[in-house]
Amino acid sequence: MSVLVYTESEGGKFKKAAFEVASYAKEVANMLGTTVSAVSIHGGDASALAAYGVDKVLEVNDDKLTTFNAKAYADTLKQAAEKEGANIVVISSSADSKFLAPLLAVHLDAGYASNVVALPESTSPFKVKRTAFTNKAFTITEMSTDRKIIGLSNNAFGLKENEGAAAAEAFEPSLNDEDFAVHVTAVDKATDKVSIADAEIVVSGGRGLKGPENWGMIEDLADVLGAATACSKPVSDMGWRPHGEHVGQTGKPVASNLYIAVGVSGAIQHLAGINASKVKVVINNDPEAPFFKAADYGIVGDAFEVVPTLIEKLKEFKSNNA
Amino acid sequence: MKILVCISHVPDTTSKINFTDGDTKFDTNGVQFVINPNDEFGLTRAMWFKEKQGASVDVVNVGGPETEPTLRKALAIGADNAIRVNAEATDGFFVAKQLAKVVQDGGYDLVIGGRESIDYNGGMVPGMVAALTGANFVNTCIGLEIEGDTATAIREIDGGKETSTAKLPLVVGGQKGLVEESDLRIPNMRGIMMARKKPLSVVEPVDANQETKAVEFEKPAPKGDVKLVSPDNVQELIDLLHNEAKAI
Repeated sequence: MSVLVYTESEGGKFKKAAFEVASYAKEVANMLGTTVSAVSIHGGDASALAAYGVDKVLEVNDDKLTTFNAKAYADTLKQAAEKEGANIVVISSSADSKFLAPLLAVHLDAGYASNVVALPESTSPFKVKRTAFTNKAFTITEMSTDRKIIGLSNNAFGLKENEGAAAAEAFEPSLNDEDFAVHVTAVDKATDKVSIADAEIVVSGGRGLKGPENWGMIEDLADVLGAATACSKPVSDMGWRPHGEHVGQTGKPVASNLYIAVGVSGAIQHLAGINASKVKVVINNDPEAPFFKAADYGIVGDAFEVVPTLIEKLKEFKSNNA
Repeated sequence: MKILVCISHVPDTTSKINFTDGDTKFDTNGVQFVINPNDEFGLTRAMWFKEKQGASVDVVNVGGPETEPTLRKALAIGADNAIRVNAEATDGFFVAKQLAKVVQDGGYDLVIGGRESIDYNGGMVPGMVAALTGANFVNTCIGLEIEGDTATAIREIDGGKETSTAKLPLVVGGQKGLVEESDLRIPNMRGIMMARKKPLSVVEPVDANQETKAVEFEKPAPKGDVKLVSPDNVQELIDLLHNEAKAI
């Protein structure tokens, strides 16, 4: 039995989350005294996974799987888990992984714990720590099934270099028409922008920016940092920004390394959604804004003055540290 | 078309979260319970199908009698019938097994749940119901149209959206976008009065394993004070982020 990990890729290259789940799977495999097998569907070069401890890579190159399809991908992972005799499957918290996880759980008779933030506290009984109440708390969850799926929260574990053989081997799952009963007809994705889920840094704007016409400086700040842009709930409700940018309890969760909030007051629902970010910065002219209680660094000041200066200074910093 | 909307009974989004019994139980003291926001977007979309396409809409919850006011609220918003599966919602798989039974008994064409509940955030129940009943499944659904026996669904993906088509029966994990925040309905007095007379049936649970158990809770470590930087010295923020926080 090995630990199976689903290493996601985009455009033929592994995503950072793939290396993170591989790093995690390696540590779990060490705890259990076993090896790591990865499933890579139209993925990058298998050797890239060696540095994170992957011993074997099952490469799937089925033409029917060029576009993500939850049921077909879940079926592929199920067959891979059975072939490898894997009792533990590690996946990321991407939209795609969260989509396929419950399907895989039922088909594998596996328990599923999502939003896991640390290595298992113990392996017998098997206990993992995960977030609950939308980041307002953690739970220690005991998993009693023989097979287990662990959904690792993005950026929770980080990358850990390790040595693995990453021996590549072709894997051909046997798929049927049922697997493709949901037909994807169109994918609309901004390829020139960092997505909130993949971003190391997120820059977010709130009602304090007064109107959608003032978002230029948020985008400029994001550009200089290579960050994704986000917004608070009122901003998306008023239609200043698209819904996809809304972060918070009912929007997208953010677990970036750095979160910069500009003109966001910090309602409890917003803070819950971004709480998993490691370093939080707030820029707001109201010193009483609740965000200052949740932030690591803050500037009490007018965003329209502070942000342009910050962009200028960051450009200098970037050119000096390039 | 028969629609079933799965309703989770969860603490209001503004609730302070505390635990009792040596951090093993959620402290419900002083907590207001509401329809899970992700489910409410789905319920509101179901109302649209009822009004425009003549669908019938049932709501279901797995929980004890204390969850009935939440089901009544869903009836007041406009659902036709409510079903309560009389069991404690111990984990996602247990709940999915109960819902799968209700779905099969009721012969529903469309099942709408939330992409996750805002209490345990498991994010697994709709997908498991689909897998257990053999229905098609679309998660993080932000747009849904039904024509005849075919659904067109838009799903939020990382950095964009994806459109797909599928035959009914279909299960969706819904969220904001299925309808807008401004479309949500506050029950009026007539709705509340009518809801009292609408059927709320209680069914007993089927046998199902509990696969996961929250054995202990922890609150995040208290945060240190914010470090304030003067607006006249923005460079200091960059230095702190680089040297101290190592975030840039």
